[in-house]
Amino acid sequence: MKLPEIDLYLIAPEIILTAFGFLVLLADVFSPRTEKKGYLGILSLIGIVVAFFYTLPLIGSGKSGFEGMFTADGFALFLKVTFLIIAFITILISMGYAEREGIAFGEYYALILFSTLGMSLMASGTHLITIFLGLETMSIAIYVLAGMLREDRRSVESAFKYFLLGAFATGFLLYGIALLYGATGSLQLKEIATYIASKNLLRNPMLMISLVFLTIGFGFKIASVPFHMWTPDVYEGAPTSITAFMATGVKAAGFAALIRVFFTALPQFRPDWTSIMWLISVATMTVGNIVAISQSNIKRMLAYSSIAHAGYILVAFVAGNDIGISGILFYLMAYAFMNLGAFTCVILLGKKGEENTLITDYSGIGFKYPLLAASMTVFLLSMAGIPPLGGFMAKVYVFSAAVKEKFYWLAILGVLNSAVSVYYYLRVTVLMYFREPQREITGLQFSPASVLALIIALIGTFYMGLFPANVLSFAQKSIVGLM
Amino acid sequence: MLVEYFTIGIFIAIAIAFACFAVLASHFLGQRKPSAIKQAPYECGMTTVGSSFRRVPIKYYIIAMLFLIFDIEVVFLYPWAVVFKEYRVFAFVSMAVFLGILILAYIYIWKKGALEWE
Repeated sequence: MKLPEIDLYLIAPEIILTAFGFLVLLADVFSPRTEKKGYLGILSLIGIVVAFFYTLPLIGSGKSGFEGMFTADGFALFLKVTFLIIAFITILISMGYAEREGIAFGEYYALILFSTLGMSLMASGTHLITIFLGLETMSIAIYVLAGMLREDRRSVESAFKYFLLGAFATGFLLYGIALLYGATGSLQLKEIATYIASKNLLRNPMLMISLVFLTIGFGFKIASVPFHMWTPDVYEGAPTSITAFMATGVKAAGFAALIRVFFTALPQFRPDWTSIMWLISVATMTVGNIVAISQSNIKRMLAYSSIAHAGYILVAFVAGNDIGISGILFYLMAYAFMNLGAFTCVILLGKKGEENTLITDYSGIGFKYPLLAASMTVFLLSMAGIPPLGGFMAKVYVFSAAVKEKFYWLAILGVLNSAVSVYYYLRVTVLMYFREPQREITGLQFSPASVLALIIALIGTFYMGLFPANVLSFAQKSIVGLM
Repeated sequence: MLVEYFTIGIFIAIAIAFACFAVLASHFLGQRKPSAIKQAPYECGMTTVGSSFRRVPIKYYIIAMLFLIFDIEVVFLYPWAVVFKEYRVFAFVSMAVFLGILILAYIYIWKKGALEWE
């Protein structure tokens, strides 16, 4: 009799997230229905902070456990820190927004915690079943969160669309996993790589098809072209706080699993997937940026911009060298700060029953709400890649990785795309400062939690732009041993 | 590699052939004397009234879904019981954690009122 190897310390952050998720649910049902439930958000925040402090001591240990199903290596931990920051800011935003929209149920916060748990599992999984379970835990929670605004048709449509297409994409992913198992007889990523190397299976049709299916499955989660069609509708309809969470957290988790599976299990196929990913990367950047130009709704514009950002990140994925992968980690964190910040501004400009999400609604707010407009400008400029902000350094790392691996065209197309994107980011800024207000926007309420979220996002964006070396060296240490 | 799947191919071919044979054989060999009662959708029971496309209270789905969760819990208990003697404390603790989480969920749905019919 052999007991499975179990190291609870290794999964402490996940256990804490689960425990606090349940705590929030139970605290909700055991309190009177009519009561204001602000403390549920605070309880979730405490959970995230505790999970954070259990994540930090794991850094540098590089331990794995659970019979090769789970690892707490640097790569996973960097991403877990990112996910926890994202969840923290999302909950801060939600405390004002969810209250305003009347969706501040216990389930709302609990589902955010559960989906963060799923993301952590995706980053830590070294076994396809662990990764798949993480993906589903994350996705199912998000499907529900997207439809939280039950009275709003668009929100319900968003949840339904995301659920149907997501389930379809999951089917592809599972099929890919099954074929991978069929061809190699293992689901453990390292074992798969060893088996492929030892049997020389480079032209095995089953593995080829599996590679394609895995690309489709993960490509859906990271919203890459041509698997991006759901993004604008889902991002537009979902509650704005959840849109922010999806655009940053789900995308980061998708990249985590994509990188882990491709670089650990399928490094032998690098020449094959490099050419596919090259095309996907260019298509994603170009379609995202060009379609973003013609959007009139700010949430849709940010949705297309998030597609474009997935394209930039894929540039580094194609390069696949050390600076590329650490650049991706850096990018995901910088993108989390600036995108969450931008969505916070979008939320703050709305009020109950009046979302003000048309881009023209931003006309003239630069003088009425100077601080809000200034913050929005910072986030948009950061996304456009203008120094000295986080988004600029992220792009520098990503494109220099491509240049280093001699993907000159990819880098050139990336930079050109980045230049195109400046147009639609700056348009909002121009409207805010150089146009007369088109309609009166009054009575905005800035909840203290949202303002705190905004400040954290601002600090993060500036810090990563002004002192990138700290985060980058953390990222570089994190990827040791991944490839 | 294709050779390894050849037996499965034969099996599929036989399965399809047999199914076709059985249906076609009864089609050609059997006699048919249709009558109004025989043609009815149901051979026995009450005749249906009204359309079958009607609104069903959402409660049915909730109860069905909750039933499914706890049903699966019971299914898990069977293989667990088989290996229980071998793993002892480890098995007990693992199952206790699993059941504990489900009980928390149960308390949640109970307090939420999902089990109340009215």
